[in-house]
Amino acid sequence: MTINGQTHSHDVEPRTLLVHFIRENCGLTGTNVGCDTSSCGACTIHMNGESVKSCTVLAVQADGQALTTIEGLAKDGVLHPMQEAFRQNHALQCGYCTPGMVMAAIGLLDENPHPTEREVRLGLEGNLCRCTGYHNIVKAVLAAASN
Amino acid sequence: MIPAAFDYVRVDSADAAVAQLVTHGEDAKLLAGGHSLLPLLKLRLASPSVLVDIGRVKDLSYIRDAGDHIAIGALTRHRDVEISEMLKQHVSLLALAAGEVGDNQVRHRGTIGGSIAHGDPASDLPATVLALGGSFVVKGPKGERTIAASDFFQGFLTTALAADELLTEIRVPKITGAKVSFQKFNRRAQDWAIVGVAAWKLGAKSGVGLVNMGSTPIRASTVESAVASGASAADAAAHAADGCEPPADLNASVEYRQHLARVLVRRALEECA
Repeated sequence: MTINGQTHSHDVEPRTLLVHFIRENCGLTGTNVGCDTSSCGACTIHMNGESVKSCTVLAVQADGQALTTIEGLAKDGVLHPMQEAFRQNHALQCGYCTPGMVMAAIGLLDENPHPTEREVRLGLEGNLCRCTGYHNIVKAVLAAASN
Repeated sequence: MIPAAFDYVRVDSADAAVAQLVTHGEDAKLLAGGHSLLPLLKLRLASPSVLVDIGRVKDLSYIRDAGDHIAIGALTRHRDVEISEMLKQHVSLLALAAGEVGDNQVRHRGTIGGSIAHGDPASDLPATVLALGGSFVVKGPKGERTIAASDFFQGFLTTALAADELLTEIRVPKITGAKVSFQKFNRRAQDWAIVGVAAWKLGAKSGVGLVNMGSTPIRASTVESAVASGASAADAAAHAADGCEPPADLNASVEYRQHLARVLVRRALEECA
């Protein structure tokens, strides 16, 4: 498979979860494991351009696919517009949910470039922030959408 | 949480999947999007020795106009059902219900066939297809057969699918022009319904399916009869919990679920008026 444009190939057990493959085999630890039960969205990455929860995908299912993780967003030291919007709007507190939030938010805008506030809230339904910092996260996504 | 070890086989056709099921019998499980199965494996509530990955079978993902009904390939993802213009036009209830499943990420991976074959009474789609009077095409070693949704869901997580059969297609009759409603009551975003209602109405005809009101998805036929005989939404909805034996759990008692069913069916019928 490719992750952020680079080819990664490792022999793994069939039961290896994609999130563990990304973190442990590929050393890309920006993608977090939160609840591990498909609820919190901290492990959200893009597979072939769509947001998915990598704790609920087997690594073997991603064989040959194109993945993007949080590490693949910034280009040449310049933050992705969504990362910049999170920064400008202080859309993080402890930061644990942030990589998944950013990936889910980018996926949301790819499908709906100009969402209403309600659509942003519904679209981020699959991502939990236990600091409950949702207000600024929604603000950041709306700011990124208007840029 | 990591699943128990299993062997993994990837197949590229429905026939190859059936051949694997014949070889491995009850020890094998089909893997499509994995959004019902993988959580069970991770919790070790299931530990099949072989997973047969059908996720890349190309000809099982489609939404087609088949005259009086719409045919949907079992591997069609919830997201594709949610945004299908054909379904929005002819069976908008199914598109609406698919948009209620899980969250965006889940809908990108989970498939309609997986949800139906899992047969969870708390899932949104089984009760919806039941309310629509749909049917399922399944393929086994002896060929294909079609099973009515009303005969398919037999018990908790138990369906009419034999261990060597694969669900290939979901058929839903067109109800073009019908008013539809999907009522999902839960306490947290993305959660399963504590009680849910899928309803449609076209003239005197109606269909009402109940989510999480028993060990299987349930069709509220008493409500439908009342609607057909001209009862008001409130009067018809009074029958919503008739004959239902819903589960009691952390979220709701039996009585509370019965109450919710009556309230949600009334709201659904009012929305369909």
